[in-house]
Amino acid sequence: MAAEREPPPLGEARQPELEELEDGEDLFTSTVSTLESSPSSPEPASLPTEDISTNSNGPKTAEIILDDDREDLFAEATEEVSLDSPEREPILSPDPTPAITPVTPTTLVTPRMESKSITAPVIFDRSREEIEEEANGDVFDIEINVSDPEKVGDGMNAYMAYRVTTKTSLSMFHKNEFSVKRRFSDFLGLHSKLATKYLHVGYIVPPAPEKSIVGMTKVKVGKEDSSSTEFVEKRRAALERYLQRTVKHPTLLQDPDLRQFLESSELPRAVNTQALSGAGILRMVNKAADAVNKMTIKMNESDAWFEEKQQQFENLDQQLRKLHASVEALVCHRKELSANTAAFAKSAAMLGNSEDHTALSRALSQLAEVEEKIDQLHQEQAFADFYVFSELLGDYIRLIAAVKGVLDHRMKCWQKWQDAQVTLQKKREAEAKLQLANKPDKLQQAKDEIKEWETKVQQGERDFEQISKTIRKEVGRFEKERVKDFKTVIIKYLESLVQTQQQLIKYWEAFLPEAKAIA
Amino acid sequence: MTTALTEIKHLPTLILLVCCEYLAIFKKTVAMHEVFLCRVAAHPILRKDLNFHVFLEYNQDLSVRGKNKKEKLEDFFKNMVKSADGVIVSGVKDVDDFFEHERTFLVEYHNRVKDASGKSDKMTRSHKSVADDCNRIGSSLYTLGTQDSTDMCKFFLKVSELFDKTRKIEARVSADEDLKLSDLLKYYLRESQAAKDLLYRRSRSLVDYENANKALDKARAKNKDVLQAETTQQVCCQKFEKISESAKQELVDFKTRRVAAFRKNLVELAELELKHAKGNLQLLQSCLAVLNGDT
Repeated sequence: MAAEREPPPLGEARQPELEELEDGEDLFTSTVSTLESSPSSPEPASLPTEDISTNSNGPKTAEIILDDDREDLFAEATEEVSLDSPEREPILSPDPTPAITPVTPTTLVTPRMESKSITAPVIFDRSREEIEEEANGDVFDIEINVSDPEKVGDGMNAYMAYRVTTKTSLSMFHKNEFSVKRRFSDFLGLHSKLATKYLHVGYIVPPAPEKSIVGMTKVKVGKEDSSSTEFVEKRRAALERYLQRTVKHPTLLQDPDLRQFLESSELPRAVNTQALSGAGILRMVNKAADAVNKMTIKMNESDAWFEEKQQQFENLDQQLRKLHASVEALVCHRKELSANTAAFAKSAAMLGNSEDHTALSRALSQLAEVEEKIDQLHQEQAFADFYVFSELLGDYIRLIAAVKGVLDHRMKCWQKWQDAQVTLQKKREAEAKLQLANKPDKLQQAKDEIKEWETKVQQGERDFEQISKTIRKEVGRFEKERVKDFKTVIIKYLESLVQTQQQLIKYWEAFLPEAKAIA
Repeated sequence: MTTALTEIKHLPTLILLVCCEYLAIFKKTVAMHEVFLCRVAAHPILRKDLNFHVFLEYNQDLSVRGKNKKEKLEDFFKNMVKSADGVIVSGVKDVDDFFEHERTFLVEYHNRVKDASGKSDKMTRSHKSVADDCNRIGSSLYTLGTQDSTDMCKFFLKVSELFDKTRKIEARVSADEDLKLSDLLKYYLRESQAAKDLLYRRSRSLVDYENANKALDKARAKNKDVLQAETTQQVCCQKFEKISESAKQELVDFKTRRVAAFRKNLVELAELELKHAKGNLQLLQSCLAVLNGDT
């Protein structure tokens, strides 16, 4: 892992400062990470062009993005590191640097970025030109399409490859239009990386589409029936929506992993996304541990806003699930209606054939034709029911789970802060005892520990405030998006219903004279 | 607390729903009874029946006794015999072209009407399921609307209202299809069965007539009970000719009535479907106008 370690994004100039760290610190705490390492991350040489900036049009949150296996090396530095190197062009920002702490079960030391003060400027490693370009206003302009599902390979090792096409005028990308081939596990890998980086600091990372063993097995086995084509289409649409949502997020858009996903022709296989891999099992263990922890954390919510939001999202979740179930039932029944209408159409045609009164016979045949057309109509409507309405609801149910996850992270963050305070108190008590016992050597150590924990408490408080702030912003953005999304989708859905009714009118208007013509 | 309130709010809707259902079924039953009575009144022979007159005129309660066990059993056996006989009798080819054609036609027609009736029923029921789903969606949207803190709440409430209204129309479509199409087909299923029964009775009578002829020939050959055989043969002959004549008339009437009934119902079906589709369209378009105006 050390071999693949990437230098921190703050540039080479930082490295000499590493030596100033205490020997006792483990700089490369192996985070028991569920991520695979990203060996194809850019080399140091290309670092200056790495764009780790906020979108100048988006919120002014400044943060430093770390890849998990690139440990940030300022763990518990007793010496404040100088961030004001001359070659860097600081971007002034009112926000403090958030601490990015990979949450793992065995973290002993949490590596993080330390800023000198709350109002310290955030350091980006970028060239001057790029900064100016951004200042000129890159309009948020990126369009993603997922298309052309193609089966690759045979038997149980087969998989579907999807074409991901990006059209953009953003300068951070090398070209304006490009496309790559990706498979489903690649998408899951991307989400996994983004989630590990951003979720625990309060960013709502859009969830990836769900795995489906049944669906994929059918495709692998090579069943060319309508259910497997439907499955592939459902997945394709879901992947497209997933990417579109992810790039809409101004912070995530800046992420190098996302860019690599969209641009690189070759992507390392994300094996750790498989359910039964070692990483997969670890994920499950972590999830269980989290669930237990959640139950035991009793947080004194001092901020009514969060309490309110928690409740709101709980309610929204419940209602969306109900609505989703109803819409799914509607899809099912409309498909049934379509099938039954088709059956009736055939039956009416047969009846028309055996009817010996000519005019009635013709009218019955016409009725059969009308019903056949109506059956088609029902099918299309069911299609719209599903892809427009039902899938939106499904997406939002998963998104709300991500929001709830982020709120949980905040609780954990609070817990950590509280724990640090408790530990600090204990250390102080221990020190007091040592004072009385008069053991000078141990006393020094105790004093050092107190200092250490005081810092941790401060950091804990800062982290908590930061995550709270980020979440507020994120929730605000999320709500705006939600409103926009729902309005657009529901209007689109209603328009599909309008279309259906208009067609129905056409068909019955054509039939009426035929019925009247029966003599 | 809020959920309980929203449920209570929906109680009048529930009551309304039940009433609508009841009304639909009531309409159906009334329509069927009307058709039945008109048929009897139009029938040359049946209209003179005393029971019919009593039914129409007696202004007090007719205490009609239901079939007792014995009568039900008789019915059951009669049907058994009929179907067994029917198989035998239908094997006999008829000399009369008209009846031969009618038989072939009726057998096929009956089967197809049966099929169409069943499929129409299924279709109508699916329509109703869709309407019910729209109802649930409407109430979910309503709850979402009352809970939402953003300006989605107005949006949700408007769409919920829309779903409520379109649901009613969808339910009406289903009920009308049931009335005009499914019931029509069910009725002609029974009618075609009755026509088949008529043909069967005629065939039976023909068989009796032919048997009587054979018996007469035998009697003449043996020169024994000739007179009796002759009388029997004549009675059978008369019966056969009478039934043939009335059957012919009935079957012609059957065709005329069938054509008229189908025409009436298909026209009404198309008109109702149009009315509902237009109503739905108008609701949708006005709702969209409001929603688009808001955003």
